[in-house]
Formats: sequence, C-alpha cells, structure tokens
Amino acid sequence: MNRRSAVTSRIVSSPYIVWAALFIIAPLFFVVYYSFTDSAGGFTLLNIQTLPKYLPTFLRSIWFGIVATIICLIIAFPLAYFISQKSEKAQRTFVLLVMLPMWMSFLIRTYSWMALLQDTGIINSFLGKIGIDPIHMINTGGAVILGMVYNFLPYMILPIYSVMAKLDYSMVEACQDLGGNGFNVIRLCIIPMSIPGVVSGITMVFVPSVSTFYISQKLGGGSFDLIGDVIERQFQQSYNYNLGAALSLVLMVLIVISMAIMNHFSEGEGEMVI
Amino acid sequence: MKIFNRVYTFLVFLFLYAPIFVLLLFSFNSTTSTSVFAGFSLKWYNQILHDATAITALRNTVVLAVCSALLATVIGTAASVGIEKFRKGAFKTAVMSTTNIPMTNPEIVTGVSMMLLFVFIGRGILHTDSVLGFGTMLIAHVTFNLPYVILTVLPKLRQTDKNLAEAAQDLGCKPLNAFFKVVLPAIMPGVLTGLIMSFTLSLDDFIISYFTSGPGFQTLPIVIFSMTKKRVKPDMYALSAIIFVSILVLLIIYNIVQQKSEEKTNKKM
Repeated sequence: MNRRSAVTSRIVSSPYIVWAALFIIAPLFFVVYYSFTDSAGGFTLLNIQTLPKYLPTFLRSIWFGIVATIICLIIAFPLAYFISQKSEKAQRTFVLLVMLPMWMSFLIRTYSWMALLQDTGIINSFLGKIGIDPIHMINTGGAVILGMVYNFLPYMILPIYSVMAKLDYSMVEACQDLGGNGFNVIRLCIIPMSIPGVVSGITMVFVPSVSTFYISQKLGGGSFDLIGDVIERQFQQSYNYNLGAALSLVLMVLIVISMAIMNHFSEGEGEMVI
Repeated sequence: MKIFNRVYTFLVFLFLYAPIFVLLLFSFNSTTSTSVFAGFSLKWYNQILHDATAITALRNTVVLAVCSALLATVIGTAASVGIEKFRKGAFKTAVMSTTNIPMTNPEIVTGVSMMLLFVFIGRGILHTDSVLGFGTMLIAHVTFNLPYVILTVLPKLRQTDKNLAEAAQDLGCKPLNAFFKVVLPAIMPGVLTGLIMSFTLSLDDFIISYFTSGPGFQTLPIVIFSMTKKRVKPDMYALSAIIFVSILVLLIIYNIVQQKSEEKTNKKM
C-alpha cells in the first residue's frame, strides 16, 4: 500500500473515529466518573457502598434472564430446525414472519399481553367458557419471564436458523450412513454444528432480558423489580445520577463477565467439535 | 413427526402473534376496554388521526429516523472504506472493538451513558438544564446505527476487487471519481442494507431515546410509553395497527420487487 492511500484511509475514517471517541468512549468514561462522585462533583465511594443493598435485585435479574434464555433456547431450537428443512421460498416467508412482530413497538405488544393475562382477561375468559377456573397470571414472576421470552424469542430463532440453513448436509448424511438414528443425528451432528448460532442467540436474549425495565413494570406489577427498573428510577424519578451510574457500571461489568464466560465456553465447544 | 412439526410451528407462531391479534381486534372495539370486545367501530382510528400529539410524534419519529439513517450511512460508509485499508494492528483492533461496544452493551447502559455525557456538557459548558432534545437524540441514534452500517458495508468492501479502483485510476479517473463510479456501485447493496437497517432501528428505538430525549422533541415510542403509564385506550392500538399494516405492505412490496429482479437476473443468465 502506498503512503497516499494510507493518508486517504485516515481522512475518510476520521469523522467516524472522532464520533466514536466522543459518543462511544467518552460516555463510558462519564459512567465511571459519575459512579465515583457526589452530586456536587466531589470524589466519593458512597455510591459504590450503597450497591450491596441492590444485590437481591441483581440476583433476581440474572435469574430471570437465565430462565428466559433457557426457555427461548428450548422453543427456538426445534423451530429453527423445522424452518431450515423447508423449501427456500417457504424459509424466506417464515423468517419474515419471525421478524415481523419486531417491527411493532415492543411497548404496545407487551401492553397487549396485559390484556391477555389479566384475571378477567382474554385467556381467563376463554378458560371460563370451557369450564376451567381462572388462573392468576398477571403480576407474577412467570408473567415477567413470559414477557422476556415473548420479546426476545426472535433473537434466538434467527441466529440459530441462519447457522442451520448453511449447515453442510453431507455431514448429516454421513452421520446417517454411519448408522445414526434420528435422535443421534440431532445430538451428535446438528446440535454441535449449530453451536455458533446458539451462542450468539444466548447473548442476544440474555443481555436485553437482564437489563429490561419496561416488561417487569407492566407484567410484574411493580413487585418484581429488576436492575433496569432501579436504574431507570434513578435517572427519571429520583434524579440520583450518581447512584444510577454506579448501578449501570455494575450491570456493564456483569454483561462483560457473562460474555467472556460464553466466549470461553463456545471456544471450548469449537475445539471439541474439531 | 410431520404433524408434530406442523403443530409445533403453529403454536410458536400463535405465541408470537397472539398479542398482535388482540391489538388488531381491540383497535376496532366500540368501548374503551382492551379486554372485552363490545362491538365493531372505527372511532379509535378516527380519533388517533386527529390526535395532535400522536401526529407530531409520528412526524418527529420519521424525521429523526431519516436524518439519523442518512448521517450514519454516510459516516459509516466512509469509515468502512478507511478501516478496510488500515494495516492490521493495534489501531485497527481498537477501532473494531469500539464499534462493537454499542451492539454488545445493554441498551439501557448506552442510553444512560450518553445522557450523562449530554447532561455534563449541558450543565458544565452550555449552562443549561434542558440540553436534551432533537440534537441529542440525533447523536444517540447515529451512534447506535453506525456499527450496523459498518458491519454491513465492510464485508461488501472485502468482496470487491481492489484492482478495480486502481484500474479506473490508471485509466485517468481521479481517486474520488473512481470511488463514486467503481467502488460505490459495487458495495451499494451493503450500503442500502445498512441504510434500511438504520432507519428501522431508529423508528423502533425506545430505550436509548427514552434517556436522551427532552420534553421538546418526543418520538412515537416515547409518547406510547407515557400513555401506557396510564390506562391505554384502543386509540394507541389503532395507531400501532396502522404502523403495522404499513410496514407489512412495504415488506410485501419489497419482497415482490426483490423476487422480480432475481427472476430477471436468472433469465439473463
């Protein structure tokens, strides 16, 4: 490469590099800065010392996030497999059908679940008609997890599907030729080969589930506070930006750690397959 | 097995579409209830189309989405051209990891971190408490759109033949002209995908907008959020139904056009 094109590449990329420094890197610096200062701007460890109070909330968020991710995986894996087995035209339609709900405001769709789950809601009045006693669903932990599964399921289906659609089917045939029955083909061949899709699906569901705040407010009725709710309140109601920043910092670190664990795990899997 | 496959697929899609059916149905409800259907009526559609707040918010949303998508596409495409030419090394790795941050960070953290930056600058430098508005939202939307543009354009750049631009220059084309006449057409599909993705991401974004918007400039998701804090009337459902159907129609048209053009290229071959 000659020097002139090196200079050109710096020039055309410089607006982005300045932008990224100002609006990606600098904001993260401010999260750290606000975490360690008080409202007057002086150094303090008070925000960090308050954090243990929120440990149960953090644990609940992680627990709900894990449960929602596992349910998404269980639902999405067979569906992605079934879709990948269909004709190319049908595959395209199904992918579109999976994506379509995401284009409708998730606020409204979540709100719509309230109408379905209420004690006098649509599901219970249907159950009543076929003679089943109403089930209390809204404002439970289960409803919050349902909201997470509902909102983030497409993020699990799509990456798994896109890996499966490109699977090398000669491998599957080889597995069958070697005497694998249906179950073994799936266990020994299809599951290991779709790990990359599963891994990105897990991160794409886990991260928004752990950090959500709207779903828990609407479907949990305020009694299942998640870490996102606490952060949201610091910024929009109690205006304690410093505590909010400290909580965000912990959430960020938590996500980085869980992603590192996921990456480690997926690398290990990759070696195992080879 | 085949029946199981069908039933399973049906059930998952029933789950994905149940709230949407509910919403479409109750947008035609004649009472304010969102759980008991009393009778067919179009009054909520009529009401929402005359609701000044909703219409302004819809206009704001579209303006913001168009501006942020265009800006992100221009900056992002230029950045990709540069990044592609960077020599492998610490700088390139740093730029690429930074690009990944908005995609991997939880949205609430991205939103909060930008809000802190804006508030700090607003109070410390501009001496105002109301810095949040169209400008800050535009910055935020461009920021979360940029990674998607770069990650769709970069692969296309890698696929294009590097000799093409050089050949054009050898034939007397100025470097800038060579880019617009040779490189840009080759990466156009990637650029367009980035643009469309940015546009839809921006239209739909609530979380980051929620932390970077001010009372002066509200987008539809923000208005919907403040409305769902109270009891929702079916007018919000009607609005969502209108948006949903318009997107559905757009997608169907897009798919038909795509299929037609594929058929054309197949015939040519």
